Amino acid sequence: MTTATASAPTNKLGLTKQDYVGSKSTLCAGCGHDAITAQIISAAFESSIEGHRVTKYSGIGCSSKTPAYFINQGWGFNSVHGRMPAIATGASLANRNLINIGVSGDGDSMSIGMGQFVHAVRRNIPMIYIIEDNGVYGLTKGQFSATADQGSHLKSGSVNNLPPIDPCTLAIELGCGFVARCFSGNPKQLNAILKAAFAYEGTVVLDIISPCVTFNNHDTSTRSYKHVKDHDFPLHDLGFIQYSEIEEVEIPAGQTEVVTFPDGSKVAIKAIHESYDPTDRFSAMKAIHESMAKGEFLTGLLYINPTQPPLPQVLNLVDEPLATLDESLVKPSPAVLEEIMRSLM
Amino acid sequence: MAASLATPAPALGAKTRINDFSIQVATVNGSGSQTANTVLLRAIFQMGVFVSGKNLFPSNIAGLPTWFTIRASAKGYVARKASNEMLILMNPETAKEDIAKADVGALVIYDEPLQLDKLRSDLAFIPVPFQKLVTASCPEPKLHKLVKNMIYVGVAARQLNVDMEEVKKAITKQLKGKAKAIEINQAAAVAGYDWALENLPDQDHIKVVRDNKTQGLIIVDGNEACALGALFAGVTVVGWYPITPASSLVETFIEYAEEYRKDPKTGKSTVAIVQMEDELASAGVVLAAGWAGARSMTSTAGPGVSLMSEFIGLGYYVEAPGVFFNVARTGPSTGLPTRTQQSDVELCAKCSHGDTQHINLFPGNMEECFQFAYDAFDLAEWFQTPIFVVTDLDLGMQNWSSKPFTYPTRPYNRGKVLNEQQLAEAKDWGRYKDVDGDGICYRSLPGTPGGKGSYFTRGSGHNAYAQYSEKPEDYVEVVDRLKRKYETAKTHVPKPVFRNLGSAKGILAFGSSDPAVIEAQDILAEGGLKTDYLRLRALPFTAEVDAFVSEKKVVYVVEQNRDGQLANLFKEGYPEFATKFKSVLHYNGHAIDAKCIVDQITAFEQK
Repeated sequence: MTTATASAPTNKLGLTKQDYVGSKSTLCAGCGHDAITAQIISAAFESSIEGHRVTKYSGIGCSSKTPAYFINQGWGFNSVHGRMPAIATGASLANRNLINIGVSGDGDSMSIGMGQFVHAVRRNIPMIYIIEDNGVYGLTKGQFSATADQGSHLKSGSVNNLPPIDPCTLAIELGCGFVARCFSGNPKQLNAILKAAFAYEGTVVLDIISPCVTFNNHDTSTRSYKHVKDHDFPLHDLGFIQYSEIEEVEIPAGQTEVVTFPDGSKVAIKAIHESYDPTDRFSAMKAIHESMAKGEFLTGLLYINPTQPPLPQVLNLVDEPLATLDESLVKPSPAVLEEIMRSLM
Repeated sequence: MAASLATPAPALGAKTRINDFSIQVATVNGSGSQTANTVLLRAIFQMGVFVSGKNLFPSNIAGLPTWFTIRASAKGYVARKASNEMLILMNPETAKEDIAKADVGALVIYDEPLQLDKLRSDLAFIPVPFQKLVTASCPEPKLHKLVKNMIYVGVAARQLNVDMEEVKKAITKQLKGKAKAIEINQAAAVAGYDWALENLPDQDHIKVVRDNKTQGLIIVDGNEACALGALFAGVTVVGWYPITPASSLVETFIEYAEEYRKDPKTGKSTVAIVQMEDELASAGVVLAAGWAGARSMTSTAGPGVSLMSEFIGLGYYVEAPGVFFNVARTGPSTGLPTRTQQSDVELCAKCSHGDTQHINLFPGNMEECFQFAYDAFDLAEWFQTPIFVVTDLDLGMQNWSSKPFTYPTRPYNRGKVLNEQQLAEAKDWGRYKDVDGDGICYRSLPGTPGGKGSYFTRGSGHNAYAQYSEKPEDYVEVVDRLKRKYETAKTHVPKPVFRNLGSAKGILAFGSSDPAVIEAQDILAEGGLKTDYLRLRALPFTAEVDAFVSEKKVVYVVEQNRDGQLANLFKEGYPEFATKFKSVLHYNGHAIDAKCIVDQITAFEQK
């Protein structure tokens, strides 16, 4: 841990942003994923996240390498292709004090890992589930993924004839209580959403359009920097105010909608694109479908329901981490065994 | 009616098989026959006689044929017996075939309208007017179908000289607290008993005579025994997916956890149980929970292990603990889901791609199911790896009598886990550094404060400090250490048990084959062939196994699969002795019986 110097600002834990970094990225220069990593670092720093409580999970692919690039103080688990949700499920049940961040890609989540994605969302695992979405398999050198737009071209010239799967509408359909879409090229929006995500108790599904500079950044790609910039329609200006800051921050009146989390934190949402209510599941679905039909990327907080109970709560687990419960709390007494044996006689 | 309950003195002849017979009951599944059969089994058990039950059931909910075999044995032989002395035929679909297969002289209790008595002249037929009796004894017509089976329990009890009070007690036990059901079923059993007393001549073919062999014993199945082992081992995370014949392990655990794993003050649970979307996800939950410090488990069967194998390999390589119960069934593929086999031996020994070796525990009876389940959690945490506890449908789902389980007083061994202070004091700690030379490294748990001990777990190449590495020397260092760790396990896993009659000829078996092997050993000895028997209880092979294999001139490896999978592991493990191993196999889906072992060993001996 580095010591805070006079020049480097510190957060409530007395830590600098440098305390939230990880190893050096080995991704291609200009990769959208690195911009996302940078915002995870910033948001964790600004939210004063305790690094030792952070667990970082991933599957396989370029995106899945990134947990090594942020929050070195946390524990990382780079598992197998498409199976990150099961890892997050097991660890989050073992220790409910962990702050769980899963980083996946469009291939990892929407193809091989679709089953696990769907069921993790359905169970409302306490985790931020980030999909670094570039429409392409990068690590295996440029095959289409299931989020690639119909008619989009590969660098090699081949055309995708199949319709895309949209992680956001899917997540909303599955009952996810926090669904957002961002563009890796819009750090301000991503930062606000990540901070809100850290305050949320259940599954956060965050689809981040993150162009692949090597395999999917050409003129005919719908996931290129240029195309996404031209078609990015931010829904609103977002402000996230942590519970501890409520007294200090004044929320502007008027156009701003405020969503309050169970811990008292607030998200202030000021619509800029059009009238959009992120607390209404049905209107959210409608708006997303309409924008997709127009070829737009609607970005921002698409849907939020801050009160959905996460899995450990649904299972009515004890408050302490299960992992470290003392033997005396989990091993029934000899009298219990005797009672059971008698019943079997 | 009460007068009939006094059991008359049994008619015994010179050839009467006292407390030594098998009964096969043929019914339609979903007709409540399981309850009736368990009552009959329990009543004989309560008469103080060793008894075992094998349910041969279809992969179906209702309407297909099912057979239940009850074996009583004064000598304590509890394996399936190939021949039956009594048949109870309630299923019109199979009755003719059952008659054709019946052993000469068998007593055949059957539903009168089936008119089976013309089919053979070498059987003793006992037609019973079940419909008439059920109509007279049960006031509710809609229950007739279910209660009808309890009538044959009464008839059989009378024919066998089983005390009717024991039958009534068994019904009360079986139907725990359901007063009306108890009353109706007891009435039906009594009706059968009374009818038999008045209408049937006594027989002296097979009889139950009160004994004291089962005093203080319990009746339990292996899935329940394993569930109890896990309960007392303090499992805290369970990820599972339903599959025959493994479901009842977790389901029984859930029932016990409801009662014994709630915080008495808050009512909150000290165990998380999640039915996952498939076995692969279950395996992920188990290993990640183990990685995060929980005691975790799943229970599955062969198809589930196949699906889990991707994660099992990860668990082996990243060194995450977890307990995997495999209640094996008949493969390959879907195979015979409700039939038994020991055909996952090689799968569990080396589950997943690449070089992998796993610790396996092979319980052979109910006490071991309980004890090994308990031990498996210690082994998982000590060795930081997936542990297989391999049983099968025969152990897992059938009724076995057993001594009551002994309370496991040994405190949990949570393994080499460094806490905040130890991490602060540790010099140059590396997650995969072999400090003690036993191949087992020190780990930290996610969430440990203090700023030390975080590391990156990855299924890709890594070095002793858990850093990504593709260097050949780093790779080899890790996989060689894993092999060393497996060697260390040889002194930690359960040793084999022996039943030596004094011979240079060895029999080697594991798990549910045990009772059949013991019986076969006795039959062979009576015929002049003495054998020494080693029952393997774990992988890797321990020093006792090494000695047995090197000492014996021949080793008959008895197992319930086609390919001699355990023998293959022996041939691979002891190449210098490869020609010693002769396979004795049984793999038709039924539990192994002594006769098939005797026949095959005899054939080898005559060569």
